[in-house]
Amino acid sequence: MTTAPTPVPASASAAQSGGGAPGPATPAPTASARTAKAPRPGRRRAGRGHAWLAALPLLLFFVIGFGLPAVAIAIGAFTTSSDAPDGGGTFTTANLTASLQGAYWTALWGSVKLSLLTALIATVVGLPLAQAVATSRFRMFREAVMSASGVLANFGGVPLAFMFVATLGNSGEVTKKLGLTAHGWSLYTFSGLSVVYLYFLVPLMVITITPALEGLRVQWREAAYNNGATSLQYWRHVALPVLLPSLLGGFVLLFGASFAAYATAEAMVGSSVPLISMQIGDALSGNVLVGQGNLALALGLDMIVVACLVMAVYLPLQRRSAKWLA
Amino acid sequence: MARLIDRIRFGRGLVLLLCGVYFAVPLAASLYFSVDDNKGGTTFRAYTELLNAPGFTDSLVLSLELAGVTVAVLLLLLVPAMLAARLGAPRLRPVIEVLCSLPLVVPVVALTTGIIGVLRWGPDYLQDTPFFQTIVAIQDPGFPIVLIIAYVLMALPFAYRAIDAGLRGVDVVTLVEAARNCGAGWLRAVLTVVLPNLRSALLNAAVLTVALVLGEFTTASILGFAPFSVWISSNGKSDGQMSVAVSMLSLLIVWLVLLLMSAVGRGRKAARS
Repeated sequence: MTTAPTPVPASASAAQSGGGAPGPATPAPTASARTAKAPRPGRRRAGRGHAWLAALPLLLFFVIGFGLPAVAIAIGAFTTSSDAPDGGGTFTTANLTASLQGAYWTALWGSVKLSLLTALIATVVGLPLAQAVATSRFRMFREAVMSASGVLANFGGVPLAFMFVATLGNSGEVTKKLGLTAHGWSLYTFSGLSVVYLYFLVPLMVITITPALEGLRVQWREAAYNNGATSLQYWRHVALPVLLPSLLGGFVLLFGASFAAYATAEAMVGSSVPLISMQIGDALSGNVLVGQGNLALALGLDMIVVACLVMAVYLPLQRRSAKWLA
Repeated sequence: MARLIDRIRFGRGLVLLLCGVYFAVPLAASLYFSVDDNKGGTTFRAYTELLNAPGFTDSLVLSLELAGVTVAVLLLLLVPAMLAARLGAPRLRPVIEVLCSLPLVVPVVALTTGIIGVLRWGPDYLQDTPFFQTIVAIQDPGFPIVLIIAYVLMALPFAYRAIDAGLRGVDVVTLVEAARNCGAGWLRAVLTVVLPNLRSALLNAAVLTVALVLGEFTTASILGFAPFSVWISSNGKSDGQMSVAVSMLSLLIVWLVLLLMSAVGRGRKAARS
């Protein structure tokens, strides 16, 4: 899964978007420019027609590439599959019901639990780490950590899984050296997977929260200390309330990244830890009962619903935090 | 006060140390694992045999081809649309922004289920129509076009943000008007004036996309194609040491690319000021 790079505050600059309107956008200072102005409105309008055309390929691509799969999910999730006894295509809610029961419900709940836990830990660990780095006196160190975070945050997937197998797997170097297996350690469990996920979630948190930390004014801290506040009181009453929207936004982003992750778990634990993305992969490879071919689509719909809920929380938070960073 | 500062320094040191250990140990252990011959010595077998491993070059070439075509398609679709939204059709802008954010809401696995759903329409309903041939054609294992569609969608949000950030720093409207006042046509104004100003943003978008395509595993593996990431996974199950070696190499490559990118960006900034 690709994790989102640093969110960019979405405050549109109205001046630029309105700039295309005809009128006194550019004052014409010289006579030659003024005479050249005459044929302009017509050409402008022609340009405007072209403007819509230029966006047409993207829109078309989107309809085909995104619209069709979305329709396929929406239709498929609510109809019987083609290998069903009735020949398929009739309306049913059985797929959706089945996708929320038994092993599938366990997997969905497992995914949510894993994502909540790892996102929470990564937030709690990422904040002090980002603070320690952001307030460091060494510019080189700050830049090195930020660039390393950029790499590691995008370093999900198969290589990450193999790295941890080599480190903490059953015959991993650290496992062998410290005899961790004797202490009951196994990488291929819920907690093992959490340790692995943190490897890309913590850097992601550092990238996300650093702009907010840099937005904390030194004056606020000085003012708090001058008024006799302790360090704890400063964080409790000044810094954390300001950071809260960014922190929550970051938490939600991490939840989404962890929830959607597939490759790491697939390459590492197979299906020994129940996760919804694994179940979908299984169901898509035909690993379901006859007549339940559309179950995977219903599971996909479940995932989209959860992800939509997450985004519905994230977007307003991001807008709020953007206010402070201005 | 001095004690307070000491405590803060101590806390900072502790946090950095713990995190440093957590992030450094897997790297070091993997590196060691990839050269450990299990008899106490070192061997570079995993790295030297890599080139001769069956499927290594094929899958790598396929991945690189996919990455190249994805970048080309993505930029050809996105750049004209975004420029059009800035220059002539401001009402398009929110539409494009929403469209480009939508793929973020759909987890890749879910998108893949949708794609499989569409591909199944082929044998199910479209057997006698030309669409069937199209659906077969885009699944050619030698060059799966369906993966490009999926990758372009996945990369859209990131590429959009990168290019949007670049557009914010450049007053496109003024640039184009200036060029047109000097007698350039629309196409020429865009090609010779606007695009060179967006070079670093385009580069940024391209690099993000390449990194995404090279690392993408979910869609390719579920749809049954074999680009590089899938090869690492299947090969790793038979030869653990080599797979770790490849993992280390891929991390190194991403790191180098990002460093190179920031170096290019810094160089340009320095040249401008």
